[in-house]
Amino acid sequence: MTLASRPDGRPRKQIHLGAHFPGVNNTTVWTDPRSLSQIDFSSFEYLARRAEAAKFDFFFLAEGLRLREHKGRIHDLDVVGRPDTLPVLAALAAVTDRLGLAGTLNTTFNEPYEVARQFATLDLLSGGRAAWNLVTSSDAFTGENFRRGGFLDHAHRYERAAELVAASRELWDSWEDGAVVADTATGTFVRPGSARPFDFRGEHFDIAGEFTTPRSPQGHPVLFQAGDSDEGREFAAATADVVFSAHGSFDDGRAFYADVKGRLGAYGRTEESLKILPATAVVLGATEADAQEKAREIRLQQVSGPTAIAFLEQVWGRDLTAYDPEGPLPDVEPDTANADVTRGKVRHIKDPAPVVAAWREKAAARGWSIRDLVIEVTGRGQFVGTAAQVADDLDRHVQEDASDGFILVPHLTPSGLDDVFDEVVPLLQERGSFRTEYTGTTLRDHLGLGAPRPAQPASSGTASSDAGRVLVG
Amino acid sequence: MSSSLDFPITGAPRQLHLAVDLSDAGAHPGAWRTQGSQAQQLFDANRLQDLVSTAQRGALDFVVLDDAFSLQPGRPGAHGLQGRLDAALVASRLAPRSAGIGLVPTVTTTHTEPFHVSKALATIDHVSHGRAGWQVAVSTTEQEAAHFGRKPAPTLEDAWAEAAEAIDVVTRLWDSWEDDAEIRDASTGRFIDRDKVHYVDYDGVHFAVKGPSITPRPPQGRPVVVVRADDPPSLAVAALRADVARIRATDVEQARELRDQLRAAAAGHGRDPDELTVLVDLYAVIGLDRASAQARLDLLTDLAGASWDNDSLTHVGTARDLAVTAEEWFAAGAADGFTVRPSSLQTDLAALVDAVVPLLVSQGIFRSEYPGTTLRDSLGLTRPANRYAAIA
Repeated sequence: MTLASRPDGRPRKQIHLGAHFPGVNNTTVWTDPRSLSQIDFSSFEYLARRAEAAKFDFFFLAEGLRLREHKGRIHDLDVVGRPDTLPVLAALAAVTDRLGLAGTLNTTFNEPYEVARQFATLDLLSGGRAAWNLVTSSDAFTGENFRRGGFLDHAHRYERAAELVAASRELWDSWEDGAVVADTATGTFVRPGSARPFDFRGEHFDIAGEFTTPRSPQGHPVLFQAGDSDEGREFAAATADVVFSAHGSFDDGRAFYADVKGRLGAYGRTEESLKILPATAVVLGATEADAQEKAREIRLQQVSGPTAIAFLEQVWGRDLTAYDPEGPLPDVEPDTANADVTRGKVRHIKDPAPVVAAWREKAAARGWSIRDLVIEVTGRGQFVGTAAQVADDLDRHVQEDASDGFILVPHLTPSGLDDVFDEVVPLLQERGSFRTEYTGTTLRDHLGLGAPRPAQPASSGTASSDAGRVLVG
Repeated sequence: MSSSLDFPITGAPRQLHLAVDLSDAGAHPGAWRTQGSQAQQLFDANRLQDLVSTAQRGALDFVVLDDAFSLQPGRPGAHGLQGRLDAALVASRLAPRSAGIGLVPTVTTTHTEPFHVSKALATIDHVSHGRAGWQVAVSTTEQEAAHFGRKPAPTLEDAWAEAAEAIDVVTRLWDSWEDDAEIRDASTGRFIDRDKVHYVDYDGVHFAVKGPSITPRPPQGRPVVVVRADDPPSLAVAALRADVARIRATDVEQARELRDQLRAAAAGHGRDPDELTVLVDLYAVIGLDRASAQARLDLLTDLAGASWDNDSLTHVGTARDLAVTAEEWFAAGAADGFTVRPSSLQTDLAALVDAVVPLLVSQGIFRSEYPGTTLRDSLGLTRPANRYAAIA
């Protein structure tokens, strides 16, 4: 059934879909015999080719710049190790034609001149398919791998990210479209005046000179942003083209969507200029009961006994290896002085005492073991059901403004989205909610984004006031 | 030609090595203005992919891609080609659709992070199944320093001292995972054996890096390190840390002295000198006869509006004469091979592969197919042992 418009008469929204390469947390199941290498290029090529055949908007690759540690040692229970983001995306450009190529590059441990030419290069090599997921970090733990160390105060990380983007935009804009004429007859290679010097002076960067790389097909790569704090949301509204959101459930998604889209007006932007895409998983079954059973099995694979204990240790801040993961919760109290037992993870719990109390109450009431509890409290929003149910649900989220689409996170490398490609995508296409062919060539085309936003004027005042607006917003 | 190249000890002829420099439209500044130069596709991956296919047809050892954090030095308003892509990403883009041939991007060490450099090159090695190399370069201009705004331009000596440290830490990061660190032991729930993943704890003059790398050890163990030994500081670094040294010399004596000097210095560091391959830069204009080669050079010079003055071996002539020169330099111990710098990529690379290479093959001093799958295989370099495994 194809509907031209939504029930309230507004035009039907098109769903945008990204394929997330499995990451290095316990979402990714490696004990399954179908799990293949997270390093070998054939895994990346497989997922990218399948995503392109299904007409997905983009492929997505995350980054981590320090191996996680638990109790002072490298965490060994999840997938460990991954290749460098941008070289993988550049290689994928050789084996795909239309698929967007999105990757995370940290805004704290990279300099604008280098990162701007890397993304301009990726965009040129891929014919306009590059996207940069801006992730801010400030931790000294990661900084130990870099010459400049963990130099950044937490409060300054978005300020630096905003300046990094502003500086990068100035570099990308320093070459005009069509500047390279390569006129063999006259000997003019670059049209005079079309590649200009840059001069960017801000709080974090003070750079000037000439950019090496001609303007790429998209002008600027598509910018993704994933931060969820108030600062992060404001930064997204000011800067991003796509929000990589953690708000996958319907009500939560609608609230987040309304909040972030509501911030766009202040920056002179339309709602269509920023796409909100929650990360989510899909589990399919022949019947709903099948799917629920499969989802339960996957959760058991994701949360092994040792993983459950290690998770509790993060909250308790102490060694809990003496406890049976299939038994009741530890009776010892958390060691609040030792909150950094795990380093390099994304989120930290600031005060464990109330969390532990709530978990004890919950587990006692429902007769949960340690492992049951961890399965429950670490469960992320996912879509579980038959292909028809899931297609319905995904479409409802988009048409009713809980999102503009999804970044789908498989639990298996590299075949974890095969059933979505084969069973769900055709149903979304039948409804008229998802493309059956690519209509453009660039990722901006796929996402319905217009021309890139121009660089801020190159004065120091603009650069710092832009960053300041992010901070107070 | 003589059979003087046969090694009596092993009975196997010593083989020369050939690399080709794919920078710009060719080594001659007028190359982009010639017919068929595809200058408008200069930043198009397909043009580069075609060039790599040609080089691979000749079983050449590797292609090298120039890079710098500044535009090509241009003369304002003159006929200058300008613009660069990030060479590491180009190398990775070329990997899935090539085989056998090594891919060697230039990656600088002055304004970059060794941790990023290490994982980028390791990844190119993974993507190419063991064909990555790294041409180390430094940034000594004020212009490049201003592009980063972090520190003043270093002296050449300081820049290469930092490069030596960068090579050290990058190769340590490549070794920070032992080859069999990933165990996927479902019975204990352990994905890696963390005793086989090591901190590098590097604390040098220019930077400190904790490690380990986020990327497992590359297929070659360590991608091939290439250094252009153009001056005393870079020559010293090449002797200490390079697998391949590129030198420039205009006559055979000068090249032999440089090669001897490099080999002696390498031996002085306790290295086997045969693990350091010395390649002479060879500029080439190849024609059906000497007159046509000269005529093409005259045209290029005319198009560039300047004479072509090279500081290394330059051949303007036939494929046969080039093969003879190459064999003479090789036999004289002046070179283990050459980095060919075609005057014009679209013309001279095909001539090298289709006319010069078959002559070298017939002389028994060059391969007709790849001996293995990795760049180390082509160069006859051993896969290095892991320094951390050795300690354990």
